[in-house]
Amino acid sequence: MKNTVPETGGFFARDREIHPPAYTPGYKTSVLRAPQRALISLEGTKSEITGPVFGHNMIGEFDNDLIVNYAKPGEMAIGQRIMVHGRVLDERGVGVAGALVEFWQANAGGRYRHKKETYLAAIDPNFGGFGRCITDENGYYAFRTIKPGAYPWPNGVNDWRPAHIHFSIFGHGFAQRLITQMYFEGDPLIWICPIVKTIPDEEAIKRLVAPLDMNNTVPMDMRAYKFDIVLRGRRSTFFENRKEGN
Amino acid sequence: MVQPLNYLKESPSQTAGPYVHIGCTPNFTGITGVYDTDLGSGPMANDKTRGERITIKGRVIDGSGTPLRDAMIEIWQADADGFYNSPSETRGKADPNFFGWGRCPADMVTGEFSFETIKPGSVPFNDGRPMAPHVTLWIVARGINIGLQTRMYFSDEEEANAKDPVLSRIEHRVRVPTLIGKREGDVVTFDIHLQGENETIFFDI
Ligand SMILES: [Fe+2]
Repeated sequence: MKNTVPETGGFFARDREIHPPAYTPGYKTSVLRAPQRALISLEGTKSEITGPVFGHNMIGEFDNDLIVNYAKPGEMAIGQRIMVHGRVLDERGVGVAGALVEFWQANAGGRYRHKKETYLAAIDPNFGGFGRCITDENGYYAFRTIKPGAYPWPNGVNDWRPAHIHFSIFGHGFAQRLITQMYFEGDPLIWICPIVKTIPDEEAIKRLVAPLDMNNTVPMDMRAYKFDIVLRGRRSTFFENRKEGN
Repeated sequence: MVQPLNYLKESPSQTAGPYVHIGCTPNFTGITGVYDTDLGSGPMANDKTRGERITIKGRVIDGSGTPLRDAMIEIWQADADGFYNSPSETRGKADPNFFGWGRCPADMVTGEFSFETIKPGSVPFNDGRPMAPHVTLWIVARGINIGLQTRMYFSDEEEANAKDPVLSRIEHRVRVPTLIGKREGDVVTFDIHLQGENETIFFDI
């Protein structure tokens, strides 16, 4: 069924039990940046349930191809070639069409292209490390990249981030705004990472781990990882916003 | 036994980390040639946009009083008549010359963010009462595990603020000023305090 009626319902209450709390001393930077007072509950108004629309025409031809989008003509980023694909859904299981998905990651050696980055792994001159796409009418997205490397970071004296890709997702309402990270199946660093461990629920962590998807792996070319992202669901408005009666 | 509800669960949030700008505002970090411009950067109003021009600026300040120099702030607001440029806006058509959304990285030295925009009109609360003009903000940074949602109201709207349905039900009145941007001329200053005596009110929406 194609959903052509604009949706105006409020969003499902956010289940804070599956999200990291603000204050997580194992991740040291959170200590001075965590609000300490209770959040004030606010049922979404027009100001939160609306959101902008990003058109498909803002996306450049190579925005979803990190292997070439920063590379010199005829060259490619170094690393294990992969496709990351999946759907942006909401909690009702409905595909979120037209969602803006932005992603960024370290290169194959675990190094970011950033002036504050100090890790000694080499910069890949052909890898920028970011891209974006807009989901199709079923909420589907796909991009091509290289598998990022794990990297050390200043927190504990020997903390390493598991290989990961950062995701920013913009659904239909400003209240759905979400930033998260995707991890790779089988990485032992996932379970000892202080940032992963800010999430208090093991089942919730597993929902951030993308499985290897051999069905979509392209023979002799690239492997595929499947990563579905779930945004907050939206209430039916069947009995809301009635023009007359109750 | 009952039928299963079969709802999915939201994907858990993870911090935006120190390199959020690589993904969201690459030109700002000096990575040019991939995107023409950074999404949401530049003035939010053009020559034809209706409404009063203002600049909203501020800093996100941590518990030691230090401004964050790696935060990213997004703003979402109604047009001058109080309409959102969104398919979920069903009350009327928003100004086609106003997108209503902006994104700004904090300055890497001073921590300041700024938005050149227009002052929004009043938008009704769910029960129809008018809300005072406000903008909605979303703040992410390294060390922030889940994006923070807040609002900024305007100091030159004292009367409307006093009747605002959201502001008026905040129990601790002493905290209300943390949601009010100070207007001086065309500039509205809004510092966001993550902790401390003046901790900004954040919403669970
Ligand atoms: Fe990272």
